[in-house]
Amino acid sequence: MSNYTKEEVQYYANFARIDMPDAEAQKFADRLDTLLEFTDRLKEIDTSDVAKMTHPLAFTNVLREDTPADILDRDDMLKSVEEHEDGMIKVPNILD
Amino acid sequence: MAVNKTASELQSLLHSRELSVTELTKETLQTIKETDGPIQAFLTVTETEALQAAEQLDNLPDEQRGGLFGMPIGIKDNIITKGIRTTCASKMLENFVPVYEGTATERVKDSGMVIVGKLNMDEFAMGSTTEHSAFQKTHNPWGLDRVPGGSSGGSAAAVASGQVLFSLGSDTGGSVRQPAAFCGVVGMKPTYGRVSRSGLVAFGSSLDQIGPITKTVEDNAMLLSAIAGSDYRDPSASEKAVPDYRSALTGDIKGLKIAVPARYLGEGVQPEVRDAVKTAIGVLESLGAEVDEIDLHYSRYSAPTYYVISSAEASSNLARFDGIRYGYRPEDAKDLNEIYLRSRAEGFGDEVKKRVLYGTYALSAGHHEDLYERAQKVRTLIAQDFQDVFKKYDIIVGPTSATNAYKLGETIKDPLTLYANDLLTTPMNLAGIPAISVPCGFAEGLPVGMQIIGNHFDEPLLYKVAHAYEQATEFHKQTPPAREGN
Repeated sequence: MSNYTKEEVQYYANFARIDMPDAEAQKFADRLDTLLEFTDRLKEIDTSDVAKMTHPLAFTNVLREDTPADILDRDDMLKSVEEHEDGMIKVPNILD
Repeated sequence: MAVNKTASELQSLLHSRELSVTELTKETLQTIKETDGPIQAFLTVTETEALQAAEQLDNLPDEQRGGLFGMPIGIKDNIITKGIRTTCASKMLENFVPVYEGTATERVKDSGMVIVGKLNMDEFAMGSTTEHSAFQKTHNPWGLDRVPGGSSGGSAAAVASGQVLFSLGSDTGGSVRQPAAFCGVVGMKPTYGRVSRSGLVAFGSSLDQIGPITKTVEDNAMLLSAIAGSDYRDPSASEKAVPDYRSALTGDIKGLKIAVPARYLGEGVQPEVRDAVKTAIGVLESLGAEVDEIDLHYSRYSAPTYYVISSAEASSNLARFDGIRYGYRPEDAKDLNEIYLRSRAEGFGDEVKKRVLYGTYALSAGHHEDLYERAQKVRTLIAQDFQDVFKKYDIIVGPTSATNAYKLGETIKDPLTLYANDLLTTPMNLAGIPAISVPCGFAEGLPVGMQIIGNHFDEPLLYKVAHAYEQATEFHKQTPPAREGN
């Protein structure tokens, strides 16, 4: 029995922009349940006075001269685009 | 036959011009053609590009021929290669051809190496068996019914089977070291930031690191020397100077202080693996090292911490795959939202979807604090644990994996078994410290890896210990049954 419902899976799938039919959502509900149970053990630790670690090492920005340049070729970049026209990427109408 | 020669033997032949790069490249391509049927390590073999590169290298004057000159190398298919298909073993990127070169591959080429192909992996580097590839399952050369490990399974299997002497993998939670252990080869996860991540398709940005996989420690040191260093394209690439790792291979480890975490040889570790690693630690002692058992209190929380952080970062990183600028796009989507929803539903495999869903959950308003932020805090405790140990000891040693290679399909339905194995490799990614896996024996006829772990930027020390061990043993000379000539 899953604590995680398929409706909840669909709720998060919508945030992640993944189409999620009912049958698939049920499958992931069970899998996420296992994962949640596994990661729930982190609650055993008192972390109230612990600082968060976001990155293993400190790093600084890498700067370069602000010189305008074509870094990549537009035609080359468009080779990986499914649909394009006049140098622009084509998508279906966004507005009616 | 080049397949049975060492890198230094090949170098002598190339530098004396008894062997041309073109001849070596042709032989390598032929070996891949003859051996890859049962192994399935390669997703793309770059025959045309490799032969063109070889011809150019043959025209180089002697003084421009470095220590890796003419060496064939395979690249994990999540490291982009200009003009060569880079799929991440995903339907999402099945036909993606990058328009620029990754820093690591650029440096590989600059050092005179020849890229002969792109290697299979778990989709977007998510998995521990290479069974999550959208295209094929790679088989372990030591037992074709076994997995090569993951996610750099193709990279490890290609080296173990003698197809190439060098490959690049990536390690987010053990993905270089565990397949190296399963396939009986050497795999290094360098310090976070030691190798630029520019061109590595991001999975968990604060954990990912490109690492070399090779047959010997010396080869590994040479390849890391070639790819390490700062990079204007990656602010997380360290500015720290890159030492000559090969000069660290002195063989002298007298007086070295080694810590062995009790938990790393405790419950859940296969008895034959434990015996092999204990014997290997005995070899290090016989070479003059001092060994103590220690406790790493928070390491048992490393796997759950890793899953929360890596999934959260993956859910963010993989948002770029939306079907618009590159990658899979369904043909008949009627509006923009349908492109997004269906591109990602049809382009991603189940393991990727699971982690993106879990990461989205962990980052969501109701769970952010209790899951994601808590994991970040536990990460601090795990890293502090290591720093406390490194105040008293030079290195930490243990098994790379709790078991030998699984049978194909054996544990795929039992994710917790896979997660338990992650306890041995994920802490190093969370702390950002380096670790190397070297072959140290066999369990039921399958290779076992010993993991040597050091403090930040201690790669020279790790290579020194790994090389001393390698020279004192014969495991690196053994080749799998699937390899030609056996």
